Amino acid sequence: MKTNRRTFVGGLSAAAMLSGSRVAFAQKKYDDGATDKEIKIGHTNPYSGPASSYGVIGKAEQAYWKGVNDRGGINGRMINFISLDDGYSPPKTVEMVRQLVEQDKVLCLFNTLGTPTNTAIHKYVNQKKIPHLFVATGASKWGHYKEFPWTMGYQPDYHTEAVIYAKHILANIKDAKIAVLMQNDDYGKDYWEGFKDGLGKEVSRVVKHVTYEVTDPTVDSQVIQLKDSGANVFFNISIPKFAAQSMRKAANIDWKPAIYLNNVSGQVTTTMKPAGFENVQGVITAAWLKDPTDHQWDNDEEMKTWREWMAKYNPNGNLGDVNYVYAYSVCYLMEQTLKKCGDNLTRENLMHQAASHQKLRVPGLLPGITVSTGPTDYYPVQALQLQRFKGETWELFGDIMHAESS
Amino acid sequence: MPAFPKTWLWGLLAAAFLIPLLRPLLPDLVSDYRLFLVSTMIIASIAVLGLNLLTGFNGQISLGHSAFYAVGAYTAAILMDKLDMPYYATLPIAAVVCFIVGYLFGLPALKLEGHYLALATFALALSVPQILKYKWLEDLTGGVQGIVLSKPEVPFGLPLTEDQWLYYYCLVIMVLLYWAAANILNSRSGRAMMAIRDQYLAADTMGIDTSLYKTVTFGISAAYTGIAGALSASAIAFVAPDSFNFFLSIKFLIGLVVGGVGSLAGSVVGGIFYVLVDNSAQALSTFVKNDLGLPFDLSAYTVFGILLIVLMYLMPMGVVGGVYYLARSMRTMRGPQAKEQATLKQRVSG
Repeated sequence: MKTNRRTFVGGLSAAAMLSGSRVAFAQKKYDDGATDKEIKIGHTNPYSGPASSYGVIGKAEQAYWKGVNDRGGINGRMINFISLDDGYSPPKTVEMVRQLVEQDKVLCLFNTLGTPTNTAIHKYVNQKKIPHLFVATGASKWGHYKEFPWTMGYQPDYHTEAVIYAKHILANIKDAKIAVLMQNDDYGKDYWEGFKDGLGKEVSRVVKHVTYEVTDPTVDSQVIQLKDSGANVFFNISIPKFAAQSMRKAANIDWKPAIYLNNVSGQVTTTMKPAGFENVQGVITAAWLKDPTDHQWDNDEEMKTWREWMAKYNPNGNLGDVNYVYAYSVCYLMEQTLKKCGDNLTRENLMHQAASHQKLRVPGLLPGITVSTGPTDYYPVQALQLQRFKGETWELFGDIMHAESS
Repeated sequence: MPAFPKTWLWGLLAAAFLIPLLRPLLPDLVSDYRLFLVSTMIIASIAVLGLNLLTGFNGQISLGHSAFYAVGAYTAAILMDKLDMPYYATLPIAAVVCFIVGYLFGLPALKLEGHYLALATFALALSVPQILKYKWLEDLTGGVQGIVLSKPEVPFGLPLTEDQWLYYYCLVIMVLLYWAAANILNSRSGRAMMAIRDQYLAADTMGIDTSLYKTVTFGISAAYTGIAGALSASAIAFVAPDSFNFFLSIKFLIGLVVGGVGSLAGSVVGGIFYVLVDNSAQALSTFVKNDLGLPFDLSAYTVFGILLIVLMYLMPMGVVGGVYYLARSMRTMRGPQAKEQATLKQRVSG
């Protein structure tokens, strides 16, 4: 090629441009799933099956990320939120997650729901070094940063919650005889272990412990067994469908114990209403989110913003369903985490940012509860307050209890 | 139906062995995920072959093969998990265990025919997941949670990825099993099996020990499907009772019928078919909902159903049967002489 001035200048400017842009590129770092234009996030949720009452969480999260994209995305990148139905079935979750990681090549997994379902993919995502963030389950094993450095929980862990219930029972109920209904998997067992630890020497107060499978159609026979034990306290470790069934059945067979309900079923719309408001007066559960049916939050700023978001992005959503508040809060946390990553969207940096929140105020959490994480603290929310069911909604009582979980 | 043309067979085998080696050159086409998918298709075709040996070649219907698949998978899982056995050693043990289970089930099944046998096997399929979840066996089986396993490691430091190794492992097992099945079917025993299927009374009268053949075929069929189950435990690295529900039995049956009953090649096609439909069902559903805007929620079952109806109209003898008839009609289209040649050929090869 003849080297004349034109080609020389052309070549020089091309070289300058290329080297210049390379300098700019050096500051952006991406792993699979992140580009200049988009961030791919993977999600599995039970849209069908026995836990489908949690399906609204997935829908709400899709709506949230749509809202984020409408506002211009995060640092100029659109969120591509891929949410798949696993029907609360661990083998299906394994299949879906494999697809998300290997075919869709997502940057990370976010808020995958369920203890048995997440247990099935726990080893796999850590082997593949995929950030497994803010899982929608409170089992205590999601905080084991040493063996599983890529998995992080979100909600207060079940073990701590059960300890709180145990201590409350011992302090407030004279001559307690406790009956326990437990879902026969890791989630149920986590609560059960915590409960036993909380009772300590008084563990013999548990007079009956029955289990059910998540694939069972009803828990009627289990409830009858619990009544026959003569217990006056009922610790209910079940997901909304079975919690509602069991509390309704208890009332139908004229059994009126003091009921302690696990937080995962503490929703008015999906548990308390189907159980029948008249059957669940006085039920105690732990809370860490503002329940939208609680009138003390009617004029709360954060809840006002939440209602506006609901009106715009979830017009058909039930404004009384705390699952929507849950989804809003965890998405907010994820949004902040991604924002903090800036242009360094490697999986390692994402984990690092997730593990460095200092007392972050997340909208929807009860006042006084903030999110704190660290390299050795993979439990974002570690505080709870007890609430009692009165009328058609929950009434908070007592103080916020901050817990150090094991 | 005539045997698969030998040259084609060798060609396919060569392709099957060589294509995954192209992975470094075409990483997107021959991706790890695709190799994993093909491995599951291979496992599915072994399972369908097991069912075919019983239903297609011996005439005993079974709706319970998910039970044998589960027994194979759990045997392998427990051996790997509790006894730290290497994955390849679990295969023969799973085969033996499933053979025994199949044989023992085949004994009372001798008294049952047609829909009674179908019901009995149906009961087996329903009960096995429940047994696996049973509280007393929980320590062994992991209960509802199942057992998490590790994928087979690449041995001897070969320059293969885990998924490539898994693919070759499954492929070799499949070739061996198919070769064994072809040999069984071409032998005296095979002809006895098929005689029992075609004309039970005549076979019995001719002196074939029908009870022996029926129970042993049950055992062999269970062993084949059990090996497939054991392979799947390694491949998916996870076993849980809910993966082995009754619908899995139906999927095997669908694969069998769609591929071609009584045909070895049909089992391969059937296995590929049901894995493909299973996997694309989700994508299809999203496509129908989002891209076509229809308010339908397509699940794998719907797609299976529609495809099955269409195939049964177009190819009642399964895909392999359909291909064979197409080939034959193409040959006869060449002229009446060709037609004569074709019928002669068929009569000789039978």
